[in-house]
Amino acid sequence: MPASTSKYQYIANDPQKCTGCQLCEYICSYTKTGEFNTYRSLIRTVRAHKILMTSVSCRTCEDAPCVIACPRDALSQDPITGIIHIDADRCNGCAWCIEACDFGAISINPETKLVEICDLCEDLEDGPQCIKWCPKEALELTTPDRRAQKARHKLAIEEVLGPRG
Amino acid sequence: MYGYSGKILHIDLATRKTRVESKPEAWYKIYIGGVSMASRLCWENIEVGCDPLSPGNPICIANGLFAGTPVPVGGKYGMASRSPLTGFIGDSMSSSWFTVALKRARWDGIVIHGASDDWVHVFIDDDRVEFRDASHLLGFGTTETEEAIREELGDDQVRSATIGPAGENLVRVANVSNDGRKAGRTGHGAVWGSKKLKALSIRGTHGVQVADPETLLKLSFDILQAAQGPHTQKYRILGTSSNVLNMNKLGLLPTRNYQQGTFEDAELVSGEYLHEHYKAKTIACAQCPIACEQVGYVKEGPYAGAMGHVEYESLYALSSNCGVSDFPAVIQAITNCNELGLDTMSSGVIISWAMECYERGVFTKEDFKCEKYPEGFEANFGNGEAVVTLTEMMANREGYMGNLLAEGTRRACAQVDQERSTETYKWAMHIKGLECPGYDARTLKTFALGLAAGTRGACHNRTAAYDPDIKGEVDRFSVDETRGKLAKSTEEYAAVYDTLPLCKFIRRCFTGKADRAGAWPAIANLINATTGWDFDYDDVDLIGERAHTIKKAFNIREGWTREDDHLPYRWQHDPMEVGPSAGYVVTEEELEYLKDIYYEAKGWTKDGLIPKEKLIALGMDDVAEEIGV
Repeated sequence: MPASTSKYQYIANDPQKCTGCQLCEYICSYTKTGEFNTYRSLIRTVRAHKILMTSVSCRTCEDAPCVIACPRDALSQDPITGIIHIDADRCNGCAWCIEACDFGAISINPETKLVEICDLCEDLEDGPQCIKWCPKEALELTTPDRRAQKARHKLAIEEVLGPRG
Repeated sequence: MYGYSGKILHIDLATRKTRVESKPEAWYKIYIGGVSMASRLCWENIEVGCDPLSPGNPICIANGLFAGTPVPVGGKYGMASRSPLTGFIGDSMSSSWFTVALKRARWDGIVIHGASDDWVHVFIDDDRVEFRDASHLLGFGTTETEEAIREELGDDQVRSATIGPAGENLVRVANVSNDGRKAGRTGHGAVWGSKKLKALSIRGTHGVQVADPETLLKLSFDILQAAQGPHTQKYRILGTSSNVLNMNKLGLLPTRNYQQGTFEDAELVSGEYLHEHYKAKTIACAQCPIACEQVGYVKEGPYAGAMGHVEYESLYALSSNCGVSDFPAVIQAITNCNELGLDTMSSGVIISWAMECYERGVFTKEDFKCEKYPEGFEANFGNGEAVVTLTEMMANREGYMGNLLAEGTRRACAQVDQERSTETYKWAMHIKGLECPGYDARTLKTFALGLAAGTRGACHNRTAAYDPDIKGEVDRFSVDETRGKLAKSTEEYAAVYDTLPLCKFIRRCFTGKADRAGAWPAIANLINATTGWDFDYDDVDLIGERAHTIKKAFNIREGWTREDDHLPYRWQHDPMEVGPSAGYVVTEEELEYLKDIYYEAKGWTKDGLIPKEKLIALGMDDVAEEIGV
């Protein structure tokens, strides 16, 4: 799987905890559209196997390939948060950004035919609603570096104290 | 109307035509959804008296009221047709994203009529219906079929309900599978097979709107949080398989075809043992915050690679009840059932009957000849490989034994007793033709009544009467005058959950109390926020009585009589020799008394028929006209 080396936060899924209930998609679509519709969710669950469930949403890459790929300069990245903003007047749904995204995190709105990208619910006080609703705490707002720190920590515990630490 | 589209989709497989039926709001308020609405659709659309495997038997699907909303555990639907096992109503419930897709395609239900000449896959693409060739899907397992359809249609949000080879071969215990969950019991898979319907897939792209989304979100979020607490701990950690040791301790764990209620190797097939050695992952059904499904996986040995959903009901049936303590073989047998499309419960109980027949000399090794074992095999209790092989033989109707067991216990037993002048009916464990569940009823006397009277036969999901017995609210070893009311009350309680449908595992998460007072007001709030109605406690309570009544009415119209409310011979005449349940049976006198007080509690006649005024009071006037007395 391609890796993002971003300094920005994104919504990461721990597949060990994710049970595949898909409630994140319900709440995301409601937050963004006022209706429950997984086709309109900006976080997407993936059921790759009977027991492999996870989810993908925007990874807020640095020097985001989607922004670079857009031929109409419709996408821009917030330099502080890394969130990708879409200028609906410029976007024509050509989907170059979708092809440029290694994570499959960008989708087309079936009604407007324009692209949509997770914005980490930046306008909401309590942050990403999918994280709030995830019953198994499988989702978290984090950075690749923070994930790496945690992985090292876990590994150290397992090596010294055994798998049940 | 919120929560409903007001539309039922009728599909005729013979003419390949469709039509849309509109239903008034009043109809929805009576039948709601799930098993109740599915049964009502079956009542309206069946050719009365038809062979369950003939074109006159419709497949009726009814959406869940809460499917597609964030209401926890509401991603469920009901399916009904006349059961090829029982000849009475076959009503099943399943979790699945299939029902969520159906909701987003804006259909409240689907009725599939007739039969196709060629194998067909029906694809519902919002309001467009496409009849697609399914010949290339024949022989595919259930998961394989679902994946092939998503690949073929190029959309991983397409959700399918499918049958495996067992359904194709008209095996009477075949089921319908979706996203790894099943409309499991009463043989729906065979009905699909008789129509040459391999798969029904749906793409629904519309958003779901509810009357009061903010209230519904708040209610749902509170339930979601409660569902992470002590009320669901048992389900979250070990899942239903935690029941193995509990039932064993009580002497209720079906063992060697219900000859015993305790299994000496129970530890080796327990939820705890699964957790320690074979658990790959715990997964959730559609929109469920609990997540109880334990996926078992075998890493090495002869069954390496087996991966199946290990539920208690699959475990008792294919392990203790077949005397098998080889967990990898049990996981392989469960995997076979999951993928070939067999009901694990009925399959296990049929196999245990065959094993007892073998041990008592009715069958010989030669009766078990198959491609894998051309000389046949020893089908003793405890032989895990025999159980694994028999699931394959049943699904493929392979050899004498595969073909025999594919008919279900009642038919197989009748055939053998006639051919061989034997009395194998004495150990045929079924009620109305449906194989018994994982709780021995000889010392669960309220539950015995619930099972005997069950409209779909021996089903633990439709009667919750084991609850007062096991909890000690009544003396489970004896019978008294309270049991008629208890059986009524528990079956109608269960029917509320099966109709909305909501998973019963959420029952303590509303207020901490699972009884009607604890749950019904909260459920009324969920219904009202979804639909905009003004349901109260009494309205919720009526959902259950109506659901049960339409199923009973269906059975009466198909020829039900008091004698059909029976128990297996063994539970009446053959006490266990050891364990906490030793020495008990349900006597004929007890059973007839229980039936009397149950019919009385239901407000029915002594013959178990429903008075006209009772049906009219429930708002079922047209039913009163047809079968009321």
